[in-house]
Amino acid sequence: MDHFARLGLPAALDLDAGTLDKAYFAGQRQWHPDRFVAKPPEERAKASTEAAALNDAYRTLKNPLDRAVYLAALKGVDLPGDGKTIDDPDLLMEAMEAREELEEAGTVRAVDALAAKVRGDFDKALKGLGSLFLANDKPAIRKALLRLRYLDKFGEEARARRTNIERGTG
Amino acid sequence: MSLLEIHEPGETPLPHAGEGTLAVGIDLGTTNSVVAISREGKPAALHDELGKALVPSVVAYPAAGGVLVGEEARLLTAREPKNVVASIKRLMGRGAADLHTVAGVLPYEIEPGTGQTDMVKLRIGGKARSPVEISAEILKALRLRAEAALEKPVERAVITVPAYFDDAARTATRDAARVAGLEVLRLVNEPTAAALAYGLDKGSEGLYAVYDLGGGTFDFSLLRLEKGVFQVLATGGDTALGGDDFDRAIAESMLAERTKDGLADVVDEGAVKAALALARVMKQQLSDRDHTSGRLELAGVPSFHTLTRPDFEGMISGGVKRTLDIARNVLSDADMKIEEVNGVVLVGGSTRVPLVRAEVAAMIGKPPLIDIDPDEVVALGAALQAEALTGGSETLLLDVTPLSLGLETMGGLVEKVVPRNTPIPVQLAQEFTTYQDGQSAMAIHVVQGEREMVEDCRSLARFELAGIPPMVAGAARIRVTFAVDADGLLTVSAEERTTGVAQRIEVKPSYGLSHDDMADMLYDSLDNAEEDVARRLIAEARVEARRGLLALDAALEKDGVLLSAEERGEIDTARTRLLTAIEGQDRDAITAAAEGLETLSKPFAERRMDRGIREALSGMSVNDLESRVGE
Repeated sequence: MDHFARLGLPAALDLDAGTLDKAYFAGQRQWHPDRFVAKPPEERAKASTEAAALNDAYRTLKNPLDRAVYLAALKGVDLPGDGKTIDDPDLLMEAMEAREELEEAGTVRAVDALAAKVRGDFDKALKGLGSLFLANDKPAIRKALLRLRYLDKFGEEARARRTNIERGTG
Repeated sequence: MSLLEIHEPGETPLPHAGEGTLAVGIDLGTTNSVVAISREGKPAALHDELGKALVPSVVAYPAAGGVLVGEEARLLTAREPKNVVASIKRLMGRGAADLHTVAGVLPYEIEPGTGQTDMVKLRIGGKARSPVEISAEILKALRLRAEAALEKPVERAVITVPAYFDDAARTATRDAARVAGLEVLRLVNEPTAAALAYGLDKGSEGLYAVYDLGGGTFDFSLLRLEKGVFQVLATGGDTALGGDDFDRAIAESMLAERTKDGLADVVDEGAVKAALALARVMKQQLSDRDHTSGRLELAGVPSFHTLTRPDFEGMISGGVKRTLDIARNVLSDADMKIEEVNGVVLVGGSTRVPLVRAEVAAMIGKPPLIDIDPDEVVALGAALQAEALTGGSETLLLDVTPLSLGLETMGGLVEKVVPRNTPIPVQLAQEFTTYQDGQSAMAIHVVQGEREMVEDCRSLARFELAGIPPMVAGAARIRVTFAVDADGLLTVSAEERTTGVAQRIEVKPSYGLSHDDMADMLYDSLDNAEEDVARRLIAEARVEARRGLLALDAALEKDGVLLSAEERGEIDTARTRLLTAIEGQDRDAITAAAEGLETLSKPFAERRMDRGIREALSGMSVNDLESRVGE
């Protein structure tokens, strides 16, 4: 059963956070191990498996990027597994330039400005996914997802850089 | 195994079989413990004859025999310091390297030979005792108190643990309950229990933070409360930060003052305990006053000490700042802003320190919630959960795993399988492959922590998946599954999937396999995020280079004859250069040397390919070839 089906949701890119929570809570009300403390072992094992699957589904679908990657995989678009490989020359260039800028950013303000710009790029690219999925343009979906992954990772790196500057170790 | 399970009341198929006994909630604290019971959603702490709910978490093994727990045990500290142990919770699932000293002396006597690769044991009253059995004495005392108050047998309990407790400490707590004759219905995280008590009592909804600073541990959790659902969004903490550290700072300053005044003290276990006891009293007095004083007597020599609140605050400001840093990281993990927090609940005796209250209020921008006694709130929440688990309830408690769980991969790197703050229970798998041709076994090393390198994380277990059928490197598919149950306890299994040979091993990590101070790990990971990235890049370059070398060596062994002596010499030189680069710390040097070697060996690779084609054709006769040419 795929994650969408498990939560009784349509397999779509757009998913309202409230709707997801509602479906998830309903599932956990049924299967959380706390409700099976006094049940026989086989029922408890089943509940534990179901609750774990619900958690996996919830965790995946909650994050918009993870959800998009998962939905793309359902459509047969596979991404490199490690999430780091970049096989797109345009993206490679973008990544190298951004990394240089981050290394040169010496103040919290400069890092924040860069992070905000990348965050903006991320949001824009995420919005753009909708039409690609609608057109079922698999190569374009793949390209866009790889870029989103990179932008997401860059946000993490910017956070680390910011912390180091704040602590005076950067 | 199945015989044991039959006796677990939770597994009794009859729904009402447990009615004769009661289920209580227990807060097994570093400094104090509390037992509580809930009936029809109304929790209450159980008191002793004197009306006290708090049981000091102190155990004594008096020279006269027997065991004392609580206030009586504490009173024995002055007379028989070597027979009394306090703050045992800090040692649950820990090794010798995790212990904190006062002026270089431990307030415990360690049993020689323990705590190196296992949990540390203490020598008390002339006998080696483990933290598990000492904690069990506290749990037994709480159980007796509950049975006396309720006039019924008590056999089941929800026991709380710090959210940031690792697998080893959780397992140790569960074991202690077993020793005390209590079945653990569930281990619940302390901040979650506190939120439960608040949420159910006040009907609060929205985003709430719980700031829990106890005697020995700090937790910060962020929860969403909504129509009976208590969803933990993120948690963080430090299992070695609490009021004990404040006491230690005061005690060390007093001992230093004595030295300065020319007193030649022999600072031993007893002296440290006496200084700590006085320090705690002085700390507590400073919650209501601006200054205090105390008299410390060591080996019959008294000294007088004064302490002002600003002095004390200077001593603890580093620790308090650290709690606030952790709190900010938890907010960031949950992708939430401080302004979105509806309220912050204060838990733990150390939140009585005025500086702590003021700093938390300033950070959150709202006065903290202190309506429920911070010493009792965790036990009350545990009691509510015990009632919910045995009697049924509409409340839903959704918690998370506090620390990332992963495996060691090539180059000493950690591959995270279950990221921190993943909702539990959870079962996640990852596939790994072999590194060398014909590799028949794979060492699996399970670690817990946030850092990129294995050496910086806590080692939980090691096992080997053997019997992998011979395959070329990268062909095997080893699936490693991590399962974390609702108590936060981990089980790891592994199987090789290409061959259908179900090689399956299950491992329950045992405690104390490594003594890294895990509390520092998350904190360090922030300090070292950049350094970690750099180290990861170097490690990856090394792995890549070694893989190339393995392939080259295999080719040289098989087809080395295709090379002239000169060519072979050049390749060998480049090979040595790469090996040297791998040993170094310069990633660019490794990459450059690897590329150099690849360029040099390119003609060799081409010749091997030609030879391969020739060999493929060698089965044919000249006539065959000619006839083909003629076609």
